[in-house]
Amino acid sequence: MPNAQDIRRRIKSVKNIEQITKAMKMVAAARLRRAQEKAAASLPYTQKVREVLASVASHASDLSHPLLEVREVKNIAYLVLSADKGLAGAYSSNVIKEVVPRIAGRKNSSVIAVGRKARDYFKRRGYRIDEEFTGFSEKPTLQHAINIARSVGEGFKNGRYDEIHLVYTVFHSAITQKATSVKLLPIEDVAAADANPSDYIFEPSAEEVLSHLVPQYLETTIYGALLQASASELGARMTAMGSATDNAEELIAKLVLNYNKIRQAAITREITEIVGGADALK
Amino acid sequence: MAKTIRLDIVTPEKIAFSAEVSMVIARTTAGDIGILPGHAPLIAALAIWPLRIITDGEEIPISMCGGFIEVQPEKITILANCAELPEEIDVERAETAKARAQSRLRDSDSDVARAEVALKRAMVRLRVAEHKKQHKM
Repeated sequence: MPNAQDIRRRIKSVKNIEQITKAMKMVAAARLRRAQEKAAASLPYTQKVREVLASVASHASDLSHPLLEVREVKNIAYLVLSADKGLAGAYSSNVIKEVVPRIAGRKNSSVIAVGRKARDYFKRRGYRIDEEFTGFSEKPTLQHAINIARSVGEGFKNGRYDEIHLVYTVFHSAITQKATSVKLLPIEDVAAADANPSDYIFEPSAEEVLSHLVPQYLETTIYGALLQASASELGARMTAMGSATDNAEELIAKLVLNYNKIRQAAITREITEIVGGADALK
Repeated sequence: MAKTIRLDIVTPEKIAFSAEVSMVIARTTAGDIGILPGHAPLIAALAIWPLRIITDGEEIPISMCGGFIEVQPEKITILANCAELPEEIDVERAETAKARAQSRLRDSDSDVARAEVALKRAMVRLRVAEHKKQHKM
């Protein structure tokens, strides 16, 4: 039977934890709103770039661009978007789980890690990490996306990778996020149904426009994914911290009940002792 | 009223500008083009240069750092990494960026191409900001 003081200490420490998780939940909720707005604000741009790229692709006579080149697949890189910090439930581990089955036991695949969690995980298990980008998982900017795009673009162009997959978390709502994987490079299926049927004039030429547009498309795709991932991370953190707070509350209620029982038992015992003592004096 | 054409400037962060305008003058990688309502469909890459928008005889410059213009007879869409109206420009920041880019250009070790682009962007911002000052006077 634990004594009353132990329980009191325990209650105090659980209360402290509750305060922390509650604060984290609120911070995550506030940031989530901003991240969601940002993700929504970037959508029109992403869509438009896709649309323009599709129109250009359907008009350019010769669709050759280093980033569109389909080669025999020897080396695959996985660009993994994870969190920098933990305490976000299963957020990072879901992303990692999406990647591991694809790279386990294969020598030709490597990881480009974004976020400390993915980096640490893959490093600890001895996977090949070619590059890492950390420190901005919660609030990515376009510049981060440009840096990543430049680096993976280089890797693809110089033949280090023949295919690059992007693994990130799609944000549906604060409680549902889904880890998904898409092929980032080579860019395929651009001339799909999105194409605008108008006959465009290209200035200076379709090929020239394409050469500007393709890198931009890559940046935009990565930026969009980064924003989705950051919203997902914050959503996951919010839910995780919310349930942690609930659990702490429940635990406190139980402990308080226990504490009161013990306190009451001690009082009762003392009274019986006093009564017993008084009786003995008679 | 004169005919107008819808202009949307979209950046990854936001829709920077969206209104009916009477004319747009942009500098593409191949030279300046002026676009009036009813223009034939066109897609062009833009140079780093201020975009001039003309509405009701008044001209608004917008600082742009590269991007694309897509024209349809009724609608112009500009995709840019950044776009700023004159009143949104942080002149001080642009000045420092300009100084930094210039010092990088002198220093031969650094990435010259990147510094050049940065310098251009800063110059465009300053140019557009200058326009605002003139209008105030």
